[in-house]
Amino acid sequence: MPVTRRDAMMIGGAAVAAAATGGNAAVPHQPPAPVAITLRVNGKARRLSIDPRVTLLDALREHLHLTGTKKGCDHGQCGACTVTVEGRRINSCLSLAVMHHGDAIGTIEGLGRPGALHPMQAAFVAHDGFQCGYCTPGQICSAVAMLAEIRAGIPSHVTDDLMQVAFSDAEVRERMSGNICRCAAYPNIVAAIRDVQEAGA
Amino acid sequence: MKFESPAGRNPIDQGRVVGVAQPRIDGPLKVSGLAPYSHEYHAEAPGVAYGVMLGAGIGKGRITAIDTSAAEAAPGVLLVLTYKNAPRQFDIGHAPPGSPAPKKGEKPGRHNAPQLQGPAIKHFDQSVALVVAESFEQARAAAQLVHVSYAAAPGKFDLAAEKQHGTVPEDAPDSVVGDFDAAFAAAPTTVDVTYTTPDQAHSMMEPQASMARWDGDTLTLWTSHQIVHWAVDGVAGTLGIPTDKVRVISAYVGGGFGSKLMIYGDPILAALAARQLGRPVKVALTRPQIYNHTSHRPATIQRLRLGADSNGKLLAIGHDVWCGNQPGGEPEKAADQTKLLYAGANRLLRTRQTLLDLPLGASMRAPGEAVGLLALECAMDELAEKLGIDPIELRIRNDTRYDPEKGPERPFSTRQLVECLRTGAERFGWSRRDPVPGKVRDGRWLIGYGVAAAIRNNLTVASGARVRLGGDGVLTIQTQMTDIGTGSYTILAQIGAEMLGLPIDKVRVELGDSSFPQAAGSGGSWGANSSGAGLFYACRNLRDAIAAKAGYNSTDVQFADGRISANGHSRSLAEIAGHDGIAAEGKVEFGDLTKQYAQAAFGAHFAEVAVDSITCEVRVRRMLSVCAAGRIINPQTARSQCLGGMAMGIGAALMEDQIVDTRFGYFVNHDLAEYHVPVHADIPDMEVIFLDELDDKSSPIKAKGVGELGICGVGAAVANAVHNATGARIRDYPLTLDRIMAKITVPAVA
Ligand code: FES
Ligand code: FES
Repeated sequence: MPVTRRDAMMIGGAAVAAAATGGNAAVPHQPPAPVAITLRVNGKARRLSIDPRVTLLDALREHLHLTGTKKGCDHGQCGACTVTVEGRRINSCLSLAVMHHGDAIGTIEGLGRPGALHPMQAAFVAHDGFQCGYCTPGQICSAVAMLAEIRAGIPSHVTDDLMQVAFSDAEVRERMSGNICRCAAYPNIVAAIRDVQEAGA
Repeated sequence: MKFESPAGRNPIDQGRVVGVAQPRIDGPLKVSGLAPYSHEYHAEAPGVAYGVMLGAGIGKGRITAIDTSAAEAAPGVLLVLTYKNAPRQFDIGHAPPGSPAPKKGEKPGRHNAPQLQGPAIKHFDQSVALVVAESFEQARAAAQLVHVSYAAAPGKFDLAAEKQHGTVPEDAPDSVVGDFDAAFAAAPTTVDVTYTTPDQAHSMMEPQASMARWDGDTLTLWTSHQIVHWAVDGVAGTLGIPTDKVRVISAYVGGGFGSKLMIYGDPILAALAARQLGRPVKVALTRPQIYNHTSHRPATIQRLRLGADSNGKLLAIGHDVWCGNQPGGEPEKAADQTKLLYAGANRLLRTRQTLLDLPLGASMRAPGEAVGLLALECAMDELAEKLGIDPIELRIRNDTRYDPEKGPERPFSTRQLVECLRTGAERFGWSRRDPVPGKVRDGRWLIGYGVAAAIRNNLTVASGARVRLGGDGVLTIQTQMTDIGTGSYTILAQIGAEMLGLPIDKVRVELGDSSFPQAAGSGGSWGANSSGAGLFYACRNLRDAIAAKAGYNSTDVQFADGRISANGHSRSLAEIAGHDGIAAEGKVEFGDLTKQYAQAAFGAHFAEVAVDSITCEVRVRRMLSVCAAGRIINPQTARSQCLGGMAMGIGAALMEDQIVDTRFGYFVNHDLAEYHVPVHADIPDMEVIFLDELDDKSSPIKAKGVGELGICGVGAAVANAVHNATGARIRDYPLTLDRIMAKITVPAVA
């Protein structure tokens, strides 16, 4: 049935009320006092006395010297900083370290090392799932957690039947879209993930 | 060694390691997060302080007042630099002291990038202050306390409004062959169309970042740069110190795409602050700063006039380009590919550059060709449609064996454009294309096919390397060459292994350190071929040294399986190297073979798109690129280079657009949420085919580059496919939904 573009858009359109945002809060002139926290990073308890403004990302990179987790944008737009917290992937730049007292944090360094790579890391090497390597730790951490999400039956935007969540290339592309690769190793990343999925299935 | 006559047979031709797909040797380090990028050298800089740069809040004008007192009093702050207290630096025109005279046509100190030298603001996010503190959080908070007042001046921010003032750039003179006007006027079939391409951002994933440490009067700088000796020159020149007082390390570079051919605020400000504080300082640009503080691919307006006879033979080719830049900035040479791509007796190519007050325009992946082909290859599609000739056939009919401007005395060294087009047509299933737009449907989706030709000029640059064979039988390669994701580590290991008859795991490669021999670096697709050629000569010298030490003077010496053999005798390389090892250096310089022969890599891109007939959303369903680019040293990494180029080409076609606020003179969409680059969901499985080719005029290793060829023409193939799907001919990139919706000629179907 022919329809006009306007008709079709109206059917799907919905008004969205924008919440007003407040002005900038006054910048505090007194330094916030350091906070003592413990992060369980890759299975090891790491005690830190830390400025509460430090992101989880900077706690890892600058305080614990775990520089495998990358900073691509520092505000939740690229996925280079992806780590797992209690098994779920998050953008570590969007979370403060002090919010994770006692949490189990998983980073790329905890997955595997040269000579003893995690299957996902090995698949990325075999399929050339990266070029410059800067987005890569984030892609790999994200991919491992993403497969677990599919196994757990968590649906995505492209899932047709919410009761039947299954692995597919389209699911991978949708669920990995928060991890930008400007070198655009995308086809190779999808191939690597497919391999790991098939080997584990 | 000067490479000035075509290469004969040499050990690279064995094809034992070279030419074979080889996973990256730096792969295990990268996938485990252990490869260090410039901001990540903790052990080298104990007690590092953090610098946060503040950028200008106007596009043009001057600082009228700057108050740093609150910032200076803020907790943890060690130093606040502004133009009032920053040390004097040297601008372009001042080479580092003691450096040799620049080459002809090169400005002395052309890589200089002084910071904080006065109240004048030339572009948005130009550095106006650096705040250094004990911690990043302290520096960032204090930077908010620097109060800057400005007097904004009117600026020129709109290319379309300024283009009439354009002048002929020094390095893009008019190119006139035959009588274009008469031939175009007389041509039975013509197209006269104007395309525009927007400003684009490299958007590599690693932001510019630098860490500076002084040991006495010597600076060590960990920075993210594509060409190490350019960084040395730029930093030394800006600071006014000799180049041997600056060591630059760029061992791993998180993408560049041209952005990191230049230096910006981070290395200079880090170096100044570190010297003043007597401790290491690191400075990283924030993601939003990158868009207005650094460089970008400048916008173009391009008028294409093509005149053909009824068989499709081009009689007249006219390409006019308008672009703009800061004073001293280079033109976007979007007509360059039009010099070489098609035959035609009457040609007129002109570039006009006008002054703009936007941030500096500079090189981004395939400068010139990437945007030039967006226009030329769509105009060819328009011409094919007018003539009723298949677009592939039209291109084949206009093939040329020689430089069409210079004539048969300058033949192409290799040119497989026709083979690329034919191979691609067959593999892609081009015969299934219906030339009438809107005929092929898949439910509510309209399906279209598009093709475009690709050409990227072959550039070569002098390059050196040092090699050493150890008593353990391991070959170590050292060169300033960088790996920005291109695969340099791996292809150099392959070349070393091939030359010395070693397995690749007996080769170690160390890159991106200015204490190594100067090298081509990564830019202009010259890296693999040029640095590989430099390594080739270094290895040849090492082979001679090994043979001499072994006492083999025969010319018929074989290197294989870790052994050298001649006349029935054989010895292990490890044993000959002995405790002290054997070392050699080598360097390639290029003669005038690129003048005698037109040298370029060629390709053909094929795209299938689906366009939603209601929303006009475009999905690229599949793509194929066929490339002929000389010897492919590593088919796996070369394929990845092409895939990356294809994805960036899809971005250029469909989404990438730095939007200029012409009132205030800055790029509005300055982050990754607003400047859209392709994500996983945008990119389908894509195919790359390399045709067999050796270019013996290009270098002793007979290779060319693919990193830029991969993007050249891709966007045009996508745009032509959108036209085939919808009937909409969009001449303003990118092809966003609203633009397609305004021009679609095919009815919607639910
Ligand atoms: S650094 Fe966290 S999403 Fe980009
Ligand atoms: S590998 Fe360079 S950004 Fe993904």
